[in-house]
Amino acid sequence: MDTVWLFVKAFVVGGLICDIGQLLIMNTKLTNARILVLFVTGGVLLTALGLYKPLVDFAGAGATVPLTGFGYSLAMGAIEAVNRYGFWGAFVGGISRTAAGITAAIVFGLLNALIFKPHAKP
Amino acid sequence: MSRQPFTPDQYKELVHKLTPPSRMLRGYWRAFWVGGLICCVGQALTLWAEQLNLGEITAPMFTTSVLVFVGTTLTGLGVYDVIGKYAGAGSAIPVTGFANSVAAPAIEFQREGAIMGVGARLFTLAGPVLAYGIASSVAVGIVYWLLRGWVL
Repeated sequence: MDTVWLFVKAFVVGGLICDIGQLLIMNTKLTNARILVLFVTGGVLLTALGLYKPLVDFAGAGATVPLTGFGYSLAMGAIEAVNRYGFWGAFVGGISRTAAGITAAIVFGLLNALIFKPHAKP
Repeated sequence: MSRQPFTPDQYKELVHKLTPPSRMLRGYWRAFWVGGLICCVGQALTLWAEQLNLGEITAPMFTTSVLVFVGTTLTGLGVYDVIGKYAGAGSAIPVTGFANSVAAPAIEFQREGAIMGVGARLFTLAGPVLAYGIASSVAVGIVYWLLRGWVL
């Protein structure tokens, strides 16, 4: 039962965050790239203000899987690294905490380009 | 009746005004359930990581990497474009959408070569996201460092 509740929370919160993106797509002239940048920097800002961590504690993957969660990892990484290394931690923490995701995207993206041929757009 | 020339802005406004509300609702519903479902896959991966006894630091790495792998592979197979057309932001906002934004232009611009085609195009969308995301995280770190020095 607890597990089901975990998934319900992830589903609803994740879905709602995506709907904020859908709102921006349908009602503004923002390009996709701008919306992605907005979500990541928004996640960084909300985390810095202490507003995003409670959402992550509540919704788990519902808050970490959307791109705002990428911003959350960047900001948390920077803050934790400052605690650990002092000033220069600010230059280390963001990337080191998100390194796995970034590297995976680059490596798998590269492999895909080697394996697959371009498709016609649907 | 003479034809009224529209500017792109006026045209977009007109389209927005004439789009029935049901279609807007459908857009929200599709983004909601697809986005929610992808997050549930992430939740399942997180639970699986716990089963595998991955630590607090490595578990999110596992979850993100698997989702990114799925996103790039579905992009390569041409499936993610189809999902994207259906779900809009529901597939663009999760980290699988980020993976898609890395893989899709790299595949599309293969003919421009391995360096300036694939290598450079990997970052058409990821570049801005990483640039502003990383820069803002550094800003947050520095502000936190300053505040910590003064307040504590």
